[in-house]
Order: sequence, then C-alpha cells, then structure tokens
Amino acid sequence: MKKVLYTLLFLLPFSVLASSGVKLESADIDLTDNASLERGAHHYVTYCLGCHSAKHMRYKRIAMDLQLDEDEILKNVAPFGAGIYDPMHSAMNQHDAEKWYGTMPPDLSLIARSRGADWLYSYLKGFYSEKGKPTGVNNVVFKDVAMPNVFWQLQGTQEATTKTIDGQEVITELKLVEPGQLSPKEFDKTINDLVSFLVYVGEPVQLERQQMGKYVLFFILMFIVLAYLLKKEYWKDIH
Amino acid sequence: MKVRLNQCSNWLLERFPISDLWNEHMAHYYAPKNFNVWYFFGSLALLVLVNQFITGILLTMNYKPDAKLAFDSVEYIMRDVNWGWLVRYMHSTGASAFFIVVYLHMFRGLIYGSFKQPRELIWIFGMLIFVCLMAEAFMGYLLPWGQMSYWGAQVIISLFSAIPVVGDDLSLWIRGDYVISDATLNRFFAFHVIAVPLVLLILVFLHIVALHEVGSNNPDGVEIKESKDPWGHPVDGIPFHPYYTVKDLVGVGVFMFFFAAVIFYMPELGGYFLEHANFIPADPLKTPEHIAPVWYFTPFYAILRAVPDKFAGVIAMGGAIVVLFMLPWLDRSKVKSIRYRGGIFKKAVLLFVIAFIGLGYLGTQPATPGATMFARVLTAVYFGFFLLMPLYTRWEKTKPVPKRLTEQRTLEDRIPDLMAVIDEVVTIEQTTSKENVTATKRRPNYAGIITVLIRTAKNLKKSLD
Repeated sequence: MKKVLYTLLFLLPFSVLASSGVKLESADIDLTDNASLERGAHHYVTYCLGCHSAKHMRYKRIAMDLQLDEDEILKNVAPFGAGIYDPMHSAMNQHDAEKWYGTMPPDLSLIARSRGADWLYSYLKGFYSEKGKPTGVNNVVFKDVAMPNVFWQLQGTQEATTKTIDGQEVITELKLVEPGQLSPKEFDKTINDLVSFLVYVGEPVQLERQQMGKYVLFFILMFIVLAYLLKKEYWKDIH
Repeated sequence: MKVRLNQCSNWLLERFPISDLWNEHMAHYYAPKNFNVWYFFGSLALLVLVNQFITGILLTMNYKPDAKLAFDSVEYIMRDVNWGWLVRYMHSTGASAFFIVVYLHMFRGLIYGSFKQPRELIWIFGMLIFVCLMAEAFMGYLLPWGQMSYWGAQVIISLFSAIPVVGDDLSLWIRGDYVISDATLNRFFAFHVIAVPLVLLILVFLHIVALHEVGSNNPDGVEIKESKDPWGHPVDGIPFHPYYTVKDLVGVGVFMFFFAAVIFYMPELGGYFLEHANFIPADPLKTPEHIAPVWYFTPFYAILRAVPDKFAGVIAMGGAIVVLFMLPWLDRSKVKSIRYRGGIFKKAVLLFVIAFIGLGYLGTQPATPGATMFARVLTAVYFGFFLLMPLYTRWEKTKPVPKRLTEQRTLEDRIPDLMAVIDEVVTIEQTTSKENVTATKRRPNYAGIITVLIRTAKNLKKSLD
C-alpha cells in the first residue's frame, strides 16, 4: 500500500501536463550556411523590413559574421540609403502603423528567441484565405493576426480544409488552390532561409559561443585532472 | 632587499592580525576528515557569490535602469559590448546556479542534522541568507524589463495588497506607482546592486564566523571536538587548509564544467534559466497568457496558488519559508545524521523531496483544476513534514551513534562496482564474418538489466529502514 502511494505521489504531478496548440512544422536551421543566411537577409529586407525593424542588428555586423564585403551588403542586402553602421531600421512609423493595422508591427530582433524557429516557420507558411478578413487571410498558428500574407505572390493561395470536432471547426490541412511564382519546395526553402536569418539575428554570437565552448570545457577538464591529482597527493596520509 | 621585505611584513603584522585570521579560519581550523560530495556546496555558494558580484559590477557599467532604455541596454550588452554576452550569461546562469547550490547546501544540512544544537544560529543565518537571496533574485529579474520581468513583478507585488487594511497602501509604497513602472525599476535597481548585496555579504560573514566558532558537522553527525589528541586537536579533524582547499578545488572544477556547458551551449536552458517570453519588451497593456516565475520560485508559487483564498495563500507561502527557520526546534531527535536515524525520518525526507520537486514542477505549469488538486496534496505533504516533525522524531527508533567518525567508501572505491554493473548489463558477442574478420559487438543484456534494477530497488528500500 505504501509503495503504491509513493509511486503515485511521484508520478502524478508529471501526468497533468497540459497539451494544447497546433502541431508545428520543424525548420531546418544551419547557422554555418552563410549563403542561406545571406539569402535570408535579402528576403528580410525585401519582405519584412518595410514594416518590421530589427533595430538591434547592424549591417556591419551581418557583413562581419557572414564574411561579406561591406560594399556588397550595402548593394545587395541593405535598402537604398542605409549606411554600414546603421541598425536595421524600418520605414514604418507608429502613427501610420496604428492607422493601418491597429498596432505597431513588433521589432523582430529577438522574435526567434521568444517564439522559436519552428513557430516562425509554421507561421509564415500558415496563411490561408478567409473571406471577411480585412487582409483576406487568416493564420493557422496565430489566429486573427493583423499581418497580411506578404508572400502571396511567391506562395500562391492556400485554403483550409476543416472538420467539425466536438461542435468546433478544426483545420485539418491547408491546400494550395492557386500556385504562386515558386514551387512549394522552393517556397519552403525561401522561408527556411528567412527563419535561419531570424535565428541568427536573435543572438548573433551563438555560433561563436558554441565553437568556443569546446575549448573552454576542455580547459576545465584539464583543470579538474590537475586539481584531482593535487588533492590525491595532499590526502595520501589521511586515513 | 630581503631584510627590507621582512621589515615591511613585520610592520604590517604588528598592526593587523593577518596570520591569526589565516590560522583561525584556514590553517588551524580543524574540519572533520569525512566530508562527502554534499560538503562541496558551501564553498561553491561562495564561488557563485563572487561570480555574481564581479559579473554584476561589469553589467552595471552598460545597463541603464530606465523603463525606456533597460531592455535595449541589455541587448546592447549582448551584441555591442565586448564579451558582454559572456558576462550577461554568467550572471543569469549564476542566478540559477546559486539556487541549485543553495538548495543542495540546505538539503545537506537537513539530512545530516547540521541545524541541530549547537549549530542553530548557523542555520538561522543561513535561512536569512536564503531570504535575502530570494529578494535579490526577484528584484534582479525585473531589471531586463521583459514581459516576464514586468508581469512576474506585478503578480508578486500585488500579493502584498492581499494583506487586510494596509495591503493596498503597502503595495503602492513598494512600487512607488499604481503599476510597475520606471519608479519601481529604479528602486529595484538600487536594492539589487547595493542594499541587498551588502546585507548578503554581512550575513555570509556571520554565517561563517558562527560556523567556525562551533566547528563543522559531518556526515556521521559526531562531534569531533569530543575526542582530542594530547595537543588539543580533534583526532578526526584535519586543517581546512591545505586539505579542504585542494579538495574544494576539484569541486570547483566539476561545478565550472557544468556551469560552462550551460553558458556556452544552452544559456536559456529550455526556457528555465531565461524565459522565452522575457525576450519581448515589457508591455503594460498586454498581459501574457501564462505568467510563471523563474524555476527557483516555483515551489513557493505553487503553494500560493494551491490555497483558494488569496490572503491565506500569501500566508501559506510565507509560512513555507518560516517553518524552515523553526527547523532546529521542530526536530526533537537526539541523533543528527540520517545514517543513524529511524525509518520514519528517512521516509519523511523522501516524501518531502518528492513534494518539493513536484511543487516546483507544478509552479511552472498553468493552474488547471487537476494540477491545483495535486498542488494541494503536495502542499499538505510539505507542511506535514515540518509540522508533524515534533511527533515523529520524538518516538522514532534510532540506531546507535558511533563515538568516532566511520570509514565510508569514497566515489573512487566504487569505480570497480560500477564496472561490474556495466559488465552485468552488457553482453559481448564475438562474430566472425566471411572475410575472417572478428568483430566484437556489445548488446544490452535484458535479464542483466532487470536483475540490476531489482537489486537497486531492494537496496533503496533497505536504505529507507
């Protein structure tokens, strides 16, 4: 009886894990792929920067981290008129934004750290057309979001197939009803590049940090060995 | 030259008792020779304290305690300050490490009876350090000015308003505003970097002075001062320096290994050390759907939520800490160490650990009706452990306590046993392929695994008697 009680007490708190939300698709992030990050930066400036700043990221830093020429990044990535030391500011101002969307589009410097790569990947792919919405679209991951589908030309139009479960309409899948400029595979790659860039922007130092980590751990390991041998030597005569 | 140096040091020694201090607290401070792994956490807590001081000072050089600038200044440290990211991660990971180390240090005191006569005052000082540490961590968490910083502080400070009569005025006085605002941030900054660290330092000093007055306890709970050699030194004691300084150095190394692994590979630790929602700037108009404190507060937060009435919940949460202060007088057993105590105490400790970890987990989860019910049960277990202690410790049957320290097998001695267990759970198969190449394959031996598991379970059960 006691044993049962102990096991129950131990197991029960872990069984009440609440599960909710949509299933997210997983993004394939490789921060060592500079070409992918450069494409992502380009997509960001083309499709996102109009409304979303990334004010903690400087063009100079992108050039340094992705091993790009400074002139090259100003010519290919940065918007016209931006300087190399400038942070990624957006042209959107608060007044207009509130008039158009009801809210200022958030700064995306840290979006990958608060939302996670998979969420961003699924969100950007998750727009479907819905009549009656001001933007004409809704999103599976972020319901009733104010943001329009900025990739509609590339992606085409998606429609949702719904099923009624327990009296509630639940989206089972999204179907491409009108193809866009890119094939679904190419589109996935575009979004993946963009999400990779956002992950990099979330913490530019992360790759360097991980590369440094192994030397630090090795050094500490050597220290442990030395300290242990020293301890053994001192403690020889203690019984 | 040498004469000059000697004169200089003599000049100093005649005016300041450096050598006396050194001898009293290091070279001639006799500590029991049988300290085990649990005894590393005291010196590790000191190490983390130093880490927090140094990294904290470096952070204040670039941090701006201003509601408009705070969030951005933290990101500025993370990106544009040389090595700023490392300093910030050392400070944020250090905060969690501090609580891990301190919780283990307190648990050590609990199982080996280090809080008992004559060490009650050490325990009281230690508990005051713990309370200070909680205040320090709580106020420090507001400084990055993220969503969780803001709303966590909002929830916790609003608890004061549950106090009858003076509650609302009290919480207003603490915040300096009707909501958490720039005024709150500024005063929390002042407390976090000056007031509380100062008190913390004084308390640590008192904790160590009190410890060195009565001497350290040990895993056997035997007073080493009771058997002394002709020169007046404890027979079972060894000078703290060099023996424990070199030993603690190994502990420091192992600790740093895990500490660095977190900093360099998983500084957020899955959202437990740095919460995901805290990467969104504080927004007084947008309440996050799920507000959870950082992991080290969650056991107490779960107790708070388990009680239906808000004021009663605050009392329960405070009570969960107050009972810890009373521990030296709740425990009526004469025996200190868990090694020689009865089965009831051992089982009670096990239940307490389950309750504490369970509450900690539930505190991170949304309060669904089911979760709240479990939190209530575990809260009852938590308080039962302390409040029933005067009863079950008085009548428990203890084992005879030895006069001198016992020999225990060290971790090094157990390595052969570990190898034997590995041999038991793994079978080695020799296969010769067609090209006459012999290959050895290791496969899990399921029968062996089951016997090892059963033996472990039996040993565990025996150790509870």
